[in-house]
Amino acid sequence: MKKLVAIVLISVLPALGLAAEGHDVELHKAPVNLQDKVSLQNGAKLFVNYCMGCHGLEYLRYGRMAEDLNMPEEAVAKYLNFASDKIGDPMSNAMHAEDGKAWFGNPPPDLSLEARYQGSDWVYSYLIGFYEDESRPYGYNNKVFPSVGMPNVMASLKQELGEEEFNAAMGDITNFLTYAAEPIAAKREHLGVYVLLFLAILLIPAYLLKKEYWKDVH
Amino acid sequence: MMRMVNGLIDWVDARLPVVNTYKKHMSEYYAPKNFNFWYYFGVLSMVVLVNQLLTGVWLTMFYSPSDGFASVEYIMRDVQWGWLIRYMHAVGASAFFAVVYIHMFRGLMYGSYKPPRELVWIFGMLIYVALMAEGFLGYVLPWGNMSYWGAQVIISLAGAIPFDVLPFIDAKDAKEIGEALTTWVRGDFMLSTATVNKFFALHVVAIPIVLLALVFLHILALHEVGSNNPDGVEIKQNKDENGIPRDGIPFHPYYTVKDLPGVIIFLMIFATVIFFFPTGGGYLIEKPNFIPANALKTPDHIAPVWYYGPYYAMLRATTLEFLGMSSKAWGLIAMAGAIVILFLVPWLDRHPVKSIRYKGLVSKIALTLFVLDFLMLGYFGTQPATGLAKTLAQIGTVYYFFFFIVLLPFGHRFEKSKPVPERVTGGH
Repeated sequence: MKKLVAIVLISVLPALGLAAEGHDVELHKAPVNLQDKVSLQNGAKLFVNYCMGCHGLEYLRYGRMAEDLNMPEEAVAKYLNFASDKIGDPMSNAMHAEDGKAWFGNPPPDLSLEARYQGSDWVYSYLIGFYEDESRPYGYNNKVFPSVGMPNVMASLKQELGEEEFNAAMGDITNFLTYAAEPIAAKREHLGVYVLLFLAILLIPAYLLKKEYWKDVH
Repeated sequence: MMRMVNGLIDWVDARLPVVNTYKKHMSEYYAPKNFNFWYYFGVLSMVVLVNQLLTGVWLTMFYSPSDGFASVEYIMRDVQWGWLIRYMHAVGASAFFAVVYIHMFRGLMYGSYKPPRELVWIFGMLIYVALMAEGFLGYVLPWGNMSYWGAQVIISLAGAIPFDVLPFIDAKDAKEIGEALTTWVRGDFMLSTATVNKFFALHVVAIPIVLLALVFLHILALHEVGSNNPDGVEIKQNKDENGIPRDGIPFHPYYTVKDLPGVIIFLMIFATVIFFFPTGGGYLIEKPNFIPANALKTPDHIAPVWYYGPYYAMLRATTLEFLGMSSKAWGLIAMAGAIVILFLVPWLDRHPVKSIRYKGLVSKIALTLFVLDFLMLGYFGTQPATGLAKTLAQIGTVYYFFFFIVLLPFGHRFEKSKPVPERVTGGH
């Protein structure tokens, strides 16, 4: 019977290893670290300046972001909120979907859950994946999203920072979008450690109780 | 004080069989003393059921079927501890199937469905079918894109029922009946919030009532006939002078205290998934479900959640058209047949020995292959059906039915069983 169990377990393992990934292009590993508040703050700043003109984060509120990323609410209201929304408002943007469709062929999608939908690695690879292509209406194409409608809005930033620093900056945006996709993630893992510790300690008296009762069962 | 409490118990007991019920099902329900690892999964199913009911009640307080996707994100972000309750419910659905599958495997291994326990098995199978319906309905509610396309595939099956096999229905009428049926299931001409509203009602009211009733009957039937055990020995055939089975021990306190550490270890595994891998690498919550339902955007690969994998693989494995029915209709028959045949297991198994421990080599190999086959089908059900995967799924489908129709009824003729002991072996 032990053999049977072993066979079953061995046959399940490869199935667990092959997670359902459907990307054809090789992706770069995103430098995600949800503990790195400086990176997250920089990512938030860059996102608001370079992305939020078109893309919203309709499921993230300014106040929640301020709290989670250790930013004073006044600073967020002053430097990161260009739409003069209230601090409790969601970070949705002002572009109308119809305008977006007319300008870019498709309305720019909301990015609240992009890092969970595509994966952080995809987001990072996309951000650093723009290259010049004269056949496209805005002169740029993308390695992981061929024929993308979005223009390369970070072109000037890349010139200004140089390749290495630019990639780090895109890493910060990716980190921020990963946070935005699941704001609770860092706290969830932190809490999980305590839950497991509690259960491990609870297991000791439970096991001793069982041993005590069963000692006279033969 | 003590007298008052005793008086109250007597008063209630004269009007309601409290003490009797407690004795019959707990303190004087004699279970075999040789339960092993596999016997934890019944009580674990109960634990997960309670988890689903409680978290479900709280989710219902904040979920809105008219805006499913946004209300789930609202629960994940704005509702206090909503993320935890939602993950407990979503991961709990997978945990439910995991423990139920192992529970069913236990039954197959030790012949727990054989007389006099046929009804225990039948009620269990009905629970399993209700659970599959509940899981499907629940998967649609977050109204992500995989919810939408998964529902699209499953509901379209109603249109594949081959009504034209009936002599008085021609192909054109059959098509119309199929279309009318899918429209009725959707509650609309396309998948819409009308469908979500309907599924919500079924998911939170109708199916849970059915599930609870079936669980009640499953346990009632079990306690009437008594539990089987890894040796397949009937402990009631060997009683002492007081009429108590010699190999039996009272369920409470022995099995309540034995189940407790088992439940805690299960909760540790459950918590590990909830807190560290809540989407299960795309197997528990699929990636396309992080964008809202979109009728114009078909996911690259429409995959069912892992627990429907084996049946989905069988649905897609059939490519033949014969007897005037389409391959889709045959797929539907294979899928439905795979579930129906499980109900017949108590009568298909004609082996004189109950437990795998005392069966011969043919039975052992047959069951091992069946488990591997089921896991393989489950895996291919979640993957695109191309080339080798499709061929293997076809072979797997054939073996699935071969196991139940040939090996289970006739396998014992080709092997030598070991003698079954009089009493159970081992006590821990």
